[in-house]
Parts: sequence; C-alpha cells; structure tokens
Amino acid sequence: MLTISSVLYEKIVAHARADHPDEACGVIAGPAGSDRPERFIPMLNAERSPTFYRFDSLEQLRVWREMDDRDEEPVVIYHSHTATEAYPSRTDVSYASEPGAHYVLVSTREPDRTEFRSFRIVDGEVSEEEVRITGDDAPGEDHAATE
Amino acid sequence: MTIEVRIPTILRTYTGGAKSVEGKGDTLAELLGDLDSRHQGLRDRLVDEAGLRRFVNVYLNDEDVRFLGGLETPVTDGDTVTVLPAVAGGSR
Repeated sequence: MLTISSVLYEKIVAHARADHPDEACGVIAGPAGSDRPERFIPMLNAERSPTFYRFDSLEQLRVWREMDDRDEEPVVIYHSHTATEAYPSRTDVSYASEPGAHYVLVSTREPDRTEFRSFRIVDGEVSEEEVRITGDDAPGEDHAATE
Repeated sequence: MTIEVRIPTILRTYTGGAKSVEGKGDTLAELLGDLDSRHQGLRDRLVDEAGLRRFVNVYLNDEDVRFLGGLETPVTDGDTVTVLPAVAGGSR
C-alpha cells in the first residue's frame, strides 16, 4: 500500500496537468527504509514527448547524490500517461529497476478526471496496490483515492 | 591505480551488497573488464554487443560517459564512476 499526503498527491497531479500533453515525471524522496514519501522532486522529461519519458541523466545524478547525502531513497517514482490508462506499459516494466519503489501512474487523458494508481514492479511482475491519501488538515482522517 | 565505482541497489547482488567497489584500467571498457573478474556478471548488466545498455547511466565523475567517449572514455586514478539505472518509460 502507498500512503501519501494529500499535499504530495496534489503536487503530482498538478505537475502531470501542467506538462500535458507531454508526459511528466519525478520522484518523491523519503528517509531510507521508512517507506514514507516526503520530499517532492519534479524532474525534467528529457524526451519532452507525449508517449515517452526519461529522466535527464545529469539531473538524475545530481538528485540521486543529494538523496544519498541525506540518507534518502526514491520512495515514489511517478510519471503520467496523457492518452492512455494509468497502468504500466511494457516499456515502463522493462525499465523499472527500483524494486523498493512505488511506481505511481497518473493519467491525464480526461481533462476533468485524473486517474492516480500505484504499482510495485519487481522482476518484470506488476502488482497494483492500494493508495491511501492522508489529509494534513485532519490527522488520522483518510480520503479515498479519487479516480 | 584505483578507481571507485558506485553501484546502484539493484546491482549489488554482484558486489556482495557493497555500495562501491574499486577497479583499474585505462578506459571504461578495461575498468569494467577488471571489475568483472571479481564481480562476475556485472559487466553484462552494463554493456551488450552494441555498447552501453540503454537501461543504465554510467557517469565519470560528474559527466555522463555517453557525452564523453562511451566505453572508450579514458579513466584515471582517483576518478569516480557512478552507475545508476536509467529512469524511463512511456505509454507505448
């Protein structure tokens, strides 16, 4: 299960909407081993494409080093699909190389309704997981993921 | 002559869990060959017949070796080579 604050959830959705119709991508870092997404890091899509994304390699090096220095890891790796459902494509699966990460997929194919789903991708196997969004204004009170 | 090579989590099965290993060589290709003599299988995860695999990024200090000389990039004592999995995908 992915547990994420409504603030971070909204940041991912806003980034996906802002870059539409190109795919948006980024990371939410958290303390190593905590499974807590905390620090929002939107990344450039070096491909600037509606059907493909790739982190800019030098930006990735900088961000990964920074996480290392802060004893963080990529808890969430997100990207958007802009014309198809929020489900990992074959390309997504072939590149997935962080078995500990939550792979979040957002679909912006409909202007007024955003799909937000989370997956584990381990050894080429995709498994969807529940998304639990926690409200910062009402501790302990949960909101169902909006689809 | 030693060069530090930083290994990402997913490839640490080849290094006994070590985050970084040391190797030697005059070029990146030689360095990877040297590493493979102690960490068998590691090189195959990084290169294929065509060169560096598209699934990985390899950096010499602060530069992506794709923008330098690829596998023929010269390396020298004190350099740091960093390997990261490329983060990429797409809807197709």
